[in-house]
Amino acid sequence: MRVPVVIFASRALMQAMDAKVLEQACNVAALPGIVQASYAMPDAHWGYGFPIGGVAAFDPGEGVVSAGGVGFDISCGVRTLLTGLRREDIQRVQARLADTLFARIPAGVGSTGELHLSAKEMDAMLQGGARWAVERGYGSEADLVRIEECGCMHGADPRAVSEQARRRQRDEMGTLGSGNHYLELQHVAEVFEPAVAAAYGIAAGNVVVSIHCGSRGLGHQIGIEFLKEMVIAARDAGIVLPDRELACAPLASALGKRYLGAMRAAINCALANRQILTHLTRAAFREVLPEARLPLLYDVSHNTCKEETHEVDGLRRRLFVHRKGATRAFGPGHPELPAEFRAAGQPVLIGGSMGTSSYILAGLANGMERAFGSACHGAGRAMSRHEATRRWQGRAVVDELAGRGILIRSPSLRGVAEEAPLAYKDVSSVVDAADAAGLARKVARLEPLVCIKG
Amino acid sequence: MVTRWEHFRHEADIGVRGFGATREAAFEQAALALTAVLTNPAEVAPRMPVRITCNAPEDALLFCDWLNALIYETATRHMLFGRFEVRIVDGRLEATAWGEPVDIGRHRPAVEIKGATYTELDVRRLADGGWLAQCVVDV
Repeated sequence: MRVPVVIFASRALMQAMDAKVLEQACNVAALPGIVQASYAMPDAHWGYGFPIGGVAAFDPGEGVVSAGGVGFDISCGVRTLLTGLRREDIQRVQARLADTLFARIPAGVGSTGELHLSAKEMDAMLQGGARWAVERGYGSEADLVRIEECGCMHGADPRAVSEQARRRQRDEMGTLGSGNHYLELQHVAEVFEPAVAAAYGIAAGNVVVSIHCGSRGLGHQIGIEFLKEMVIAARDAGIVLPDRELACAPLASALGKRYLGAMRAAINCALANRQILTHLTRAAFREVLPEARLPLLYDVSHNTCKEETHEVDGLRRRLFVHRKGATRAFGPGHPELPAEFRAAGQPVLIGGSMGTSSYILAGLANGMERAFGSACHGAGRAMSRHEATRRWQGRAVVDELAGRGILIRSPSLRGVAEEAPLAYKDVSSVVDAADAAGLARKVARLEPLVCIKG
Repeated sequence: MVTRWEHFRHEADIGVRGFGATREAAFEQAALALTAVLTNPAEVAPRMPVRITCNAPEDALLFCDWLNALIYETATRHMLFGRFEVRIVDGRLEATAWGEPVDIGRHRPAVEIKGATYTELDVRRLADGGWLAQCVVDV
């Protein structure tokens, strides 16, 4: 190993953690040009090359970029919308709102969006991200400052995106996907930091909407293609990888630069996709609750490699920070935060699973030193999909949650069983560990009211 | 050697594994395991053929390419596949996959597959002379 491995977790989380996490974090620590340490967040679990929940930063000259270190679902992330409504405003129309959202939001296997892009428009989307979507009427300028990179990832290179990746995206703009992706109506059940919550525009009893999805087929295809190319390039260069999924390319190489261009285009695809889904959500609300306005609280991405400035051993350095299943969590005063959040720190949106809590955290100044301004991203699975379907029936999960006031809408009952709440680890213990470790501080806990599941 | 497929455990995702008397048969069985991540392969009518070709410098990478080609055809044609015929010569795979368009009501597909990964990737001859082909797929 070139640098140490640091795992942030409570004793209980550490004991429950898959042994593969340490093995994978050690492999990452051996990659060329890694700086300071190979980190694992409290929700870390067995991933692909990197652990999911892994964070690693690389020197631009000696370091590498890893397609496995970003993952297949490039820029998968969460955004949360404020509604200005209180829980009691929703109860009367909860079922109608659930049905309207389910009718408006394309979700699940084989679902398609209404938007089909020409080659020219695809290029513009890959270059412009959420800004492209806003310019075409999907949302407003005010949304953009509430998104990482102001909604447009610079350095995207649409020429590095293959025809296959474009074709895979052809019918998937403005779709939610499946698996652990969701759209959730939530209420603020508990506030831990009232002043920060006020800066974010939330208070106990408020209703918010959270959307979890990524770059859809385009990002998946880019991940597949570059992983293979990096494996073959390493083999041809005589580099022995401890794990094929760790395949990487020097940041300064032509392959490394081409991957960065394609990956940034996929980040823009994810940002555009979440922006279109936001537009569809607002349209659904207009049908049921016309007085509601849904401003964006914030949008975070989980699977990225971004060039950022960090202080290492007293020196400010430009580094390429991989976050695989980890959330950027910049502390107060960071120049990349919108002015209204600069005192409070970046909102860090942590998704739960159907029927369990989600959390809003805030980035901390100390967190910048702890793990390059990073925090956990969710609960992480506690069991395999197969085991979940063996234990639960989808219909029973839907009925049980309905009994608790949580309405599930999904095209697939088997998908619901695979995503049963107890198939995931306890998100509260993950968030408590992130808070205790000084990665980010707890601001509010959210509870679901409606979940649209792909 | 019994020709068959199975899933194996992965914490976040799912492993697909095929066994067959030949490398080609193991690839075909693993493709059935891939379909079974989405739906019951027996429910998929093999009505429409789709031709697939892949090239890779080693068996393991070729296997991953094969599954990724099926994932691509599933996503872009909105089809499911239930029957496969694979030929491999000198690192080149030529195959036909038969299937039908996804019918949400009948197939009740559970989850999209993002890609076949190199995790637990293995293609090898077993002691009994048969072949195994496997990897984890990201869902």
